[in-house]
Amino acid sequence: MSLLMIFRVALRAIWRNKIRSLLTALGIIVGIAAVIAVIAIGTGAGEQMKSSINSMGNNLVMIFPGSMNMGGMRMGAGASNTLTAADGEQLEQDFPELVACQTPMVRGSAQVIYEENNWSTSINGVGTGFPKVRGWDVGEGAFFDEEDIQTGRRVLILGKTVVDNLFPNGDSPIGKNIRVRNMSFKVIGVMERKGSNSMGQDQDDIIIMPYTTVKRTIQRSSFNNVNQLLVSLNSMDDLEEAKKEFTALLRQRHRLADHKEDDFSIRDMTEITQMMTSITSTITILLGAVASISLIVGGIGIMNIMLVSVTERTKEIGLRMAIGARPRDILMQFLLEAMTLACVGGLIGTILGVVGAKAVGNVQHWPILITESSVIISFAFSAFVGVFFGFYPAYRASQLNPIDCLRYE
Amino acid sequence: MLIEIKDMYKTYNLGDNTVNALDGVSLSVDYGEFVAIMGHSGSGKSTMLNILGALDTPTSGSYVLEGKEVSKMSRNELALFRNEKLGFVFQNFNLLPRTSAVEQVELPAFYGGCKLSPKARRVRAIELLTMVGLGKRLYHTPAQMSGGQQQRVAIARALMNNPPLILADEPTGNLDTKSSVEIVTFLQELNAKGITIVMVTHEDDIASYAKRRIVMKDGKVVREDNPKNGGHAL
Repeated sequence: MSLLMIFRVALRAIWRNKIRSLLTALGIIVGIAAVIAVIAIGTGAGEQMKSSINSMGNNLVMIFPGSMNMGGMRMGAGASNTLTAADGEQLEQDFPELVACQTPMVRGSAQVIYEENNWSTSINGVGTGFPKVRGWDVGEGAFFDEEDIQTGRRVLILGKTVVDNLFPNGDSPIGKNIRVRNMSFKVIGVMERKGSNSMGQDQDDIIIMPYTTVKRTIQRSSFNNVNQLLVSLNSMDDLEEAKKEFTALLRQRHRLADHKEDDFSIRDMTEITQMMTSITSTITILLGAVASISLIVGGIGIMNIMLVSVTERTKEIGLRMAIGARPRDILMQFLLEAMTLACVGGLIGTILGVVGAKAVGNVQHWPILITESSVIISFAFSAFVGVFFGFYPAYRASQLNPIDCLRYE
Repeated sequence: MLIEIKDMYKTYNLGDNTVNALDGVSLSVDYGEFVAIMGHSGSGKSTMLNILGALDTPTSGSYVLEGKEVSKMSRNELALFRNEKLGFVFQNFNLLPRTSAVEQVELPAFYGGCKLSPKARRVRAIELLTMVGLGKRLYHTPAQMSGGQQQRVAIARALMNNPPLILADEPTGNLDTKSSVEIVTFLQELNAKGITIVMVTHEDDIASYAKRRIVMKDGKVVREDNPKNGGHAL
């Protein structure tokens, strides 16, 4: 008997007991819908967490000054003053295939004043690579250029929070002069609103200046060391190689003898990312496992109904055997019936799961991510449940003795 | 010879004592015969038919059909054997519920080699149903047909794969007298066309339509004769 014919027989058997088939499939429907919805919500949450981490910068590698050894006395991390903006430029020049862009960073904080309003905020002195490294563009006006950095011009770009506090009546700050430490600075731009980062800090409460300007006017330092280098890699796949290459170059530039420890440290975001994603994936797996249990219960329901179906149709099995059905034909007939039940249930469950996840996402404002693989895997799993739980009843039917079946009342 | 049975035993163990449903039966049936196996219940006639139909296996003895030893076949070989060589007609018709007559008749062609195309299958099924006089009830389900009509569907189904042998187990047991005569006359007509028929019955007048009568008792053949009116209805 051809598979197509057996499939038709199976479909007809399912169609004859509509209510019973629907109730049986319901177990699978609920199971699959639950699995898909849970995974969609879980992956959505994970993706949102990842993107909030990414908002700190694209493929970010941070280089900090390290400790320093002064005549046997070890200073703490950050004590070294050998890390310079030139280091960052050299990295970008020497490894164009690794480095997408980079910026030095010099930090300070100050009270800023515009007319009768004043505000205390942190000041970041950066290079022209900053918007690209942080994935953060100027919303209004323009970023400063290389010339501003060379000359240490007193220009600045405001974060949105600073604008809100210094210009509460909504005037455009572009072109205005604001006072920082009794010096006048010209506002040339306003950054786009970035919101808070994954730690809850307001990233918009900031003023951005050329790092040279910060060095001279805010830190009042005559050294050219920086607090941090931010390097954006082309790909996170190159992270280990990049770390090795950067270390070698920086050691060479800082003239460190082989026995000396690094006077800088290189860190990246992978640890934070890993921790965050491991939390969400653990929760997703846990919820998915609970949902899978309902799938297994659904499978047991199929097995139960198939056993009833086999008993009910013992005479039919006997007749089919009498007119030439091999054990294999009978096995396939009942197996396909169970599989069809499970797959139709899986299909309906998939649709319900997708619709349900979207509905929950809309109501609760949760991010939802339905991946193709989760749909395919859960559908395949429902087919597997059909085969697994359908096999025993089908095998039992196929091993029946024709004469006993024909006599069965 | 179509069928050759030699020294066949079928033993059932019922607790302490054993019962010989078949007690050393030997029997041969030639092509073109119409054999009626008779006997009271417990005589072994049904066991005999089940073994002939390869639905049951003998405890010992040999069963050769068209030169092939049947009692040594595997389950798959037996299925193919039943599909190609045998047509069954049962006392309770054994039609599939809620299935149209045409589909019932097509059923044997689905199993086995699937030699006919779907279209050829349908054509042959309609042909057979027309031959048994149900040309106007092709798409009726068993619930919409009388007992006699159902049994004719069953006969059409038995003929679907052109078997050399038809086995009928009390084919008239569930029918009224008029339908019984109709059915057994129909079997006679098939026999006249060259199909070998072995029929089990306990009714003398039904058996009298056969060409050869075998009477069984306690698992043994006790009498054999040729009814005078064999073929009288033709």
